Amino acid sequence: MSTLPLETAAHPEQLRRVVIEPLSRVEGHGKVTLLLDEDGHVEQARLHIVEFRAFEKFIQGRPYWEVPVMVQRLCGICPVSHHLAACKALDQVVGATTVTPTADKIRRLMHYGQILQSHALHFFHLSSPDLLFGFGSDVARRNIVGVAAAYPDVARQGVLLRKYGQEVIRHTAGKRIHGTGSVPGGVNKSLTAAERDELQKDIYQMIAWSRDAVRLVRQLFEQDLATYRGFGTFAARTLSLVRADGAMDLYHGGLRAKHADGGTIFDHVDYGHYWEQISEEVKAWSYMKFPYLRALGHEDGWYRVGPLTRVTRCDFIPTPLADRERREFMAFDDGRAALSTLGFHWARMIEMLHAAESIKDLLHDGDLLGTDLMAGGKRQARGVGVIEAPRGTLIHHYRVDENDQVVRANLIVSTTHNNHAMNIAIREVARQYLDGRTLTEGLLNHIEVAVRAFDPCLSCATHAVGKMPLSVELLDADGAVADSMVRG
Amino acid sequence: MSVAPTLVFAVGNPSRGDDAVGPLLAARLEAADVPGVEVLVDYQWQVEHALDLAGRERVIFIDACVDAEAPFVEREVRADAGFAHTSHALAPAQVLETYRRVTGASPPPALLFGVRARSFELGAGLSPDTERASQAAWPRLLELCRR
Repeated sequence: MSTLPLETAAHPEQLRRVVIEPLSRVEGHGKVTLLLDEDGHVEQARLHIVEFRAFEKFIQGRPYWEVPVMVQRLCGICPVSHHLAACKALDQVVGATTVTPTADKIRRLMHYGQILQSHALHFFHLSSPDLLFGFGSDVARRNIVGVAAAYPDVARQGVLLRKYGQEVIRHTAGKRIHGTGSVPGGVNKSLTAAERDELQKDIYQMIAWSRDAVRLVRQLFEQDLATYRGFGTFAARTLSLVRADGAMDLYHGGLRAKHADGGTIFDHVDYGHYWEQISEEVKAWSYMKFPYLRALGHEDGWYRVGPLTRVTRCDFIPTPLADRERREFMAFDDGRAALSTLGFHWARMIEMLHAAESIKDLLHDGDLLGTDLMAGGKRQARGVGVIEAPRGTLIHHYRVDENDQVVRANLIVSTTHNNHAMNIAIREVARQYLDGRTLTEGLLNHIEVAVRAFDPCLSCATHAVGKMPLSVELLDADGAVADSMVRG
Repeated sequence: MSVAPTLVFAVGNPSRGDDAVGPLLAARLEAADVPGVEVLVDYQWQVEHALDLAGRERVIFIDACVDAEAPFVEREVRADAGFAHTSHALAPAQVLETYRRVTGASPPPALLFGVRARSFELGAGLSPDTERASQAAWPRLLELCRR
């Protein structure tokens, strides 16, 4: 399987350029450029990551014990994932090859809280406006407040699911943000009985709402099957963590890579030597690297990570309701929903249900109240931590010197893993919907819908009043602005 | 459970240059321990933060502000659904609107307190200009909170 066309036009100097910058409702900063010929045919489509660098420099030189807190500032959306991946890597540095049952379960609870709140935000806040109103619908209501007006129960449940996940994080990490709950070698607190009881009160409601959300996505597929089946869909190799028995495990496992047809590339590989399987390519037109599977080379070795991969490539989900939904998803439309780019949304809600069920199970496990919090052992110079973050596989890799300073850091975040796959998705959408047509806001939103399906986190996000207006510029072959449109 | 009548809610990333000005002012305010004021901080405003508005008599949102000419600006905020595209975060007006939609009640009166900001590099501290703007803003913020 080789790269699809449209990555690089044969004669870009003769083409009209369209820029979508920045992408809206995507975490961070990104832009898409399209090159069109005189008849409006798409000749090139690229997703650019504008501001995705300097992570490793930010970490190098710091004492290792500061890292689990510092890395939370890399991303305002998924700080817990960075917190836990860093701790898993630094467990090895402090010699804690296995953490205590209480530490393991507190961390898992924190992680599932993060999955729940992140998936709830993405579906109810970022994607449901497109899905409920249509990709090309009135831009004035295609937002969460529009959803709240037309579907008040859906909007309310999204807010409360999100809030519940944040409360799980607060109780396990110790604070609403910049948590310190997980530390190299274990955790610094377990749950009190009162905290556990408080979380137990609402968990069954969260499970019910998560199940409703899965059903809602199914209904959306059923209502417009042709669109959902084909929108930006392409065949992809996949990468994910799985448990030793093949079950979905979002916190820990071995690496599994599959061909697009489901054939195994490798399975249950120890991630401690991930670089033997994965390498990264640099392309001149993007800040972000393009990871690939070494065995297949940089041309053919790109792959996709995240909810759609995890749900379709695990052997089963170890919670009953989510696994039932997984089986229905896999069978739907003769298996085609499980291959579609918009299948990300369905898979994401199945994972949210799995997270809610997992939280329920953990909240009934006595180890959560345990007092054996820390483990240790022989000090190591290197540590690798891998976790399945909400958006996909997240790798943290550190080398620490004898003075406890981090001298080398390498992070491969979920969005980087998906870089190539997202580019392919926008090329498919450009070819399907934009080619040869007069561009409108609704049509350009189709590109953003494809990107949002992956839920990318394009940089460590900042937010400031007056920042990030959304503008679209059409430039002629000389780079002059031929037309522009400001949305919002 | 009763809540403090005044909520001060600052957003920003402490490790992203001038984006840190909101959290820094919030920390200073917390240390001042003004009666009747609760201080919250997050990276950005999100839908669930609407629930933090329940039971408040007023809200002061603090953020870095790239379109401010003066060192700091004060803008009355009203619930507003009139935005088309958002990024990853809600603006204060949308937090208020979300509160109205979710609870069915009117949100409390709200003010946006923005501090001039220009630079957002990862790992950078406050720029000298925003440091000065923050110093200029502090007495006014304290005055607002003590009203």
